[in-house]
Amino acid sequence: MRTWKFTKHLNFTAERLSYNVSRLFAATTVLLLVGIFLFLTITGIGTFRHVPFGEFFLGTNWNPTAYQQQSWGILALVVGSLIVSSLALVFAIPLGFAIALYLSEVASPRKREILKPLVETVASVPSVVLGLLGLIVFAPVIARLFHVSSGLNALTASFLVGIIAVPTIASICEDALRNVNMKFREASMALGATKWTTIGKVVVPAAVSGITAGVMLGFGRAVGETMIVLMVAGNSRAFPTSFLSPVRPMTATIAIDIKEAVVGTLHWQSLFAIGLVLFIVTFFLNFIADIILHIRKV
Amino acid sequence: MKKISILLAVVLIGGTVFFFSSKFRRKPPSSPFHPSRLVIKGSDTEVQLVSNVAELFSKGNPGADIRVTGGGSGVGIASLLNGEIDIANSSRAISDKEIEQAKSKQMNIREFRLARDGIAVIVHPENPIQQLTLEQVGKIYKGDVANWNMVGGTNGAISLYGRQTTSGTFVFFRDFVVKAEYASSMRNMEGNQAIVDAVKEDQKGIGYVGIGYIKDAQGQSRKDIKVIPIVVVAGQQPVSPLNKEAVQKGEYPISRTIFQYIASTPKSGSLLEKFLRFEVSTEGQTAVEQSGFYSLAQSDSAKNQLFFETIK
Repeated sequence: MRTWKFTKHLNFTAERLSYNVSRLFAATTVLLLVGIFLFLTITGIGTFRHVPFGEFFLGTNWNPTAYQQQSWGILALVVGSLIVSSLALVFAIPLGFAIALYLSEVASPRKREILKPLVETVASVPSVVLGLLGLIVFAPVIARLFHVSSGLNALTASFLVGIIAVPTIASICEDALRNVNMKFREASMALGATKWTTIGKVVVPAAVSGITAGVMLGFGRAVGETMIVLMVAGNSRAFPTSFLSPVRPMTATIAIDIKEAVVGTLHWQSLFAIGLVLFIVTFFLNFIADIILHIRKV
Repeated sequence: MKKISILLAVVLIGGTVFFFSSKFRRKPPSSPFHPSRLVIKGSDTEVQLVSNVAELFSKGNPGADIRVTGGGSGVGIASLLNGEIDIANSSRAISDKEIEQAKSKQMNIREFRLARDGIAVIVHPENPIQQLTLEQVGKIYKGDVANWNMVGGTNGAISLYGRQTTSGTFVFFRDFVVKAEYASSMRNMEGNQAIVDAVKEDQKGIGYVGIGYIKDAQGQSRKDIKVIPIVVVAGQQPVSPLNKEAVQKGEYPISRTIFQYIASTPKSGSLLEKFLRFEVSTEGQTAVEQSGFYSLAQSDSAKNQLFFETIK
């Protein structure tokens, strides 16, 4: 009787312990996020003691190492980031969605087993390799196709960034499509609908929240991409006027400038402020994606 | 229990943030000032050159551990000011602002001269332009001259290639040739080679690179780009950066001294002193020439001599 009680007690303790350890780690992730946010804020906030808010966010000229007059406007960088990542989505959404549709609705289980890991492998191609490919292969091709003198521009960058975003979109869209209840498909077929009508009128509308979330996450991935834009986006200071303009996204700016910024200077602080802007943008994209995922759970 | 786990996590995160932020502020404990190790960082123009010299030096001094990396002159000087390295390679002279930053950190920065370099202005080989004046080059990079037909070329918008702000070549070219802000349309490239690669693909392109990059592996001038001779005063003969004497004497206008900076006067007999002396020895200067630069002019060597005399 006594031993039994002891063992039960032991089991109970072990269970409580593992429960609390896992809770601790879960809390750690949240606090790590809060920690990064606080670190960026504390380091970056000093920027606004010297640079007014309006000038920072609405100024179109980013030039901390100027010949005469330093300027700290990040609008051109933000627009650069938006152009590259939105254009990247133009490439990535159709491709990612088509892959998801094929994997979920068309492919046999065997083909899916082979293809899905392959698509996910694309995500693991180092972006510097894609950048190199862009520099040597795509940039000259795009220059010739569009009759511009140089292919180092927003279009080339977004094409490559699009490739990076495809696996994210494909994977999440596919999950969303497969999560649609089989009964929906069966009911649609029973009413005499063809397979494509079923997909178009039943499955996709039912999965629309998951698909939207996939697109948002793909967008977040594209906004954060650094190496590719650093190598092929051209990185000029000029405010972009078209998708064939060279652009300098926020990520590339941080990567270029942080190397020469002396710790603690305004230049250094301002780069953390840009980091904070990036963090907030990607955080909200993820956050919204999460909300959308939960709104219309079927 | 919930409170304890949250408290623990706070301590953990707080500790991590504190650890990293303190790491940013203080010197990393491992890197410089080791008696048999030299950590050198900075100018991308100099990386290959200093690596070659260091390799030669290591042959005569086994056990010496010399690490050379790039990143740009600004990066090198920033690292020196942050106490992370022994020698900063810089293809431009240190700025007043940087000297002030050093003073506020109680550092007595010393200057050393390593080689002479010319910055070549390059265009696509099919560009009919034969020469440009220094003023024209400046106006092109300022954005005042935006079409090749304004400087005697064929009609077409000029596309500008330059380095990134971290580069000493970027700063030197701006301060001595452009003498104003670069046109904002200039593409900022990762390195000299990236500029060469871009210009050879771009019929309307113009770029500037160190003379080490206009020769191929055999030491011959490259065929896939065209080096533009520069006219200093209107009516005079253009000068090419391929002319060694002109670069050494400064007759080629876009020429410069290649510097190295150290945080304080080296101790007598230290590895640092030995290395610096080797760099300006006949053997060291031969390596400089073989790396695509020109050896030091007399006036530069004299300044190095003054530097060595302060070592006690």
